[in-house]
Amino acid sequence: MLLALGTAAIVLVVLLWELARPHALRAFATAHARARSWRQRVRERRQAAQLGYDPGRERRAEQRARELLRSCVEQRDWEMYRDLGFLRVWGGVGERRHAAGAPYAYLIYPHRPIVAFVPQTGVLLNEYCVAFPDHTRPYGSARLPDSDDVLAKWMALTADERGLIAQANMHLPGRQIDPEQVRRDLLRLTRWERERDELGATGIVRAA
Amino acid sequence: MKPGHGEILLAEGDVEVAEDERRLIEAFRRELDSGMWAAVPTERRDGRREAELVKSFGDVPRDAERVIFFPRAAGGAPDAGRGRAQASR
Repeated sequence: MLLALGTAAIVLVVLLWELARPHALRAFATAHARARSWRQRVRERRQAAQLGYDPGRERRAEQRARELLRSCVEQRDWEMYRDLGFLRVWGGVGERRHAAGAPYAYLIYPHRPIVAFVPQTGVLLNEYCVAFPDHTRPYGSARLPDSDDVLAKWMALTADERGLIAQANMHLPGRQIDPEQVRRDLLRLTRWERERDELGATGIVRAA
Repeated sequence: MKPGHGEILLAEGDVEVAEDERRLIEAFRRELDSGMWAAVPTERRDGRREAELVKSFGDVPRDAERVIFFPRAAGGAPDAGRGRAQASR
């Protein structure tokens, strides 16, 4: 009698478990997912608190960087960067360095290689890959704001052109920047300078 | 120059004031010791602007308005960087 009752009880428990198992597994999976999501949110909040994450920080950093760049370079160069998105720096040494008759010149793009070219012909010479890494955080460090990167290249080029070029990795044109884009930029630069000179001749000055 | 932050003012003061000068020298050395380059933006008489790299505080022109610190250049893919710190004087 007892044996029969025991067997019936076991069968009953097994049947009930079979009926309840899908619901139980679903409830367990849902609870597990919620717990994981909650832990993820807590972790993200903790990381954000540690990093002081501020979604507007990079934009403000770029604004400050633009102001600094503007305060360092000549007005014409600032307007070139503002209007075209790159800077031209004459190459070479001595007085020719600052003249349109310079043997070569550089285009400085933010976070892209420096491109050397011949001003008279527009022939592209080389790409110089150079970066300003955070040596204290070699892995995963944030980048300089765009305008800071341009300013760093400009300062290094105007202060020690040979030193910077010696540090850079040199490649043929086209390694990272499409040569056609550079040629278009040179055409844009020529047109921009012509229009600017015409406006200057007529006494019209665009507000910076 | 600090990544993600842009310009940060490290120190400022008047080099003619001994206490200020001491603070500026300390800030200067600290930045160079941490591997930064120091540059002084300059303007020539004809209006041309350029920068001058300085390796010691004594190389900074006495009338310089500021020194900009930025990470040393390194060859490679231009996808990393660290920013500037600035000491005004």
